Amino acid sequence: MAKKKRKVPGLNGSSLADISFILLIFFLITTSMDTDTGLVRRLPNPPDPNQQEEDVKVKGRNVLVVSVNMNNDIMYYYGDESKRVTVNDVKPEDLRAVAKEFIANPENKANMPEFHPADPPLPILGAYPVTKNHIISVQTDRSTSYDVYFQIQNELMAAYNELRDELAREKFGRYYRHLDPESDEALAIRGVYPMKISEAEPKKYGGN
Amino acid sequence: MGKFNKNGSKEVPELNTSSLPDLIFSILFFFMMVTSMREVTLKVEFQTPKGTEIEKLEKKSLVSYVYIGRPTKEFRSKMGTGTRIQLNDDFAEVDAIGEYVYQERESMSERDKPFMKVSLKIDQETQMGIVTDVKMALREAWALNIVYSAGKRQ
Repeated sequence: MAKKKRKVPGLNGSSLADISFILLIFFLITTSMDTDTGLVRRLPNPPDPNQQEEDVKVKGRNVLVVSVNMNNDIMYYYGDESKRVTVNDVKPEDLRAVAKEFIANPENKANMPEFHPADPPLPILGAYPVTKNHIISVQTDRSTSYDVYFQIQNELMAAYNELRDELAREKFGRYYRHLDPESDEALAIRGVYPMKISEAEPKKYGGN
Repeated sequence: MGKFNKNGSKEVPELNTSSLPDLIFSILFFFMMVTSMREVTLKVEFQTPKGTEIEKLEKKSLVSYVYIGRPTKEFRSKMGTGTRIQLNDDFAEVDAIGEYVYQERESMSERDKPFMKVSLKIDQETQMGIVTDVKMALREAWALNIVYSAGKRQ
């Protein structure tokens, strides 16, 4: 028999580049780069230096003040002088129910925000009565812990979200969070419960 | 039989290594991806609070970061243990925030500028005084969309 030196053909490696690219793209898509999460808020416009400092007069019944002192004790009050309700030593979790009642004012109490027909009329719901002048103001001391402040903000957000969900369920049979944010339904719901948490420096609220 | 010829090729054929660079590259890319891409090296420690109403930030290109917390161990001898602000790669004071926001905004495309967000990564033990100062500085700089960075609480 003839002694033949057999040559093994070299592997065709040209497709390996493609394979490694597929691998690369796979990992590109699957590895979640740590996405940031948090409470999204909007600050008010900066004060205009040319404009005279004028105290915005807000009716006492329209303001819910949540105040935290340096020892992280929370208290809140709302209503006019004569019908003022003041509660000391509350926990952040309690604020959700308080804020919900204050914003919606279901029993139309005199020391909670008054109703105005929506102007301009809301999509779908029209001139729905809205507590549009209400404000929730969170006041803190410079030594208040950020965590307490954050929990308060979180509960207030939760109050708005629950109210919006309830209204959306009642009117449209769907949760607000499942609505398209740009749709007429969502616009209407936001019109009824506009988020009004004051982020500004604490101001003096006076007048009646 | 020819098929079972023992005298055939005895030596093992050489491995083709021309694809090795590709493999190495894919592994390299993999590690590039999984190690969390953080543009800055953190010089402050912080643990963000936990909330229930948090949202995901969709577009990373729109987000700038402000870190507030205590300096990490290696900087404590120099910077002390008080609460500090970090912008980009370095410690900063409150009055540097305006300039920082301006630079961040300039690096964005014209279309994205109105949607700029500032994520505040603040340690939960921080006192509100510095937070209020930062917020006022952001307001002055017209960076009005802010995010209190937080984790999800069950």
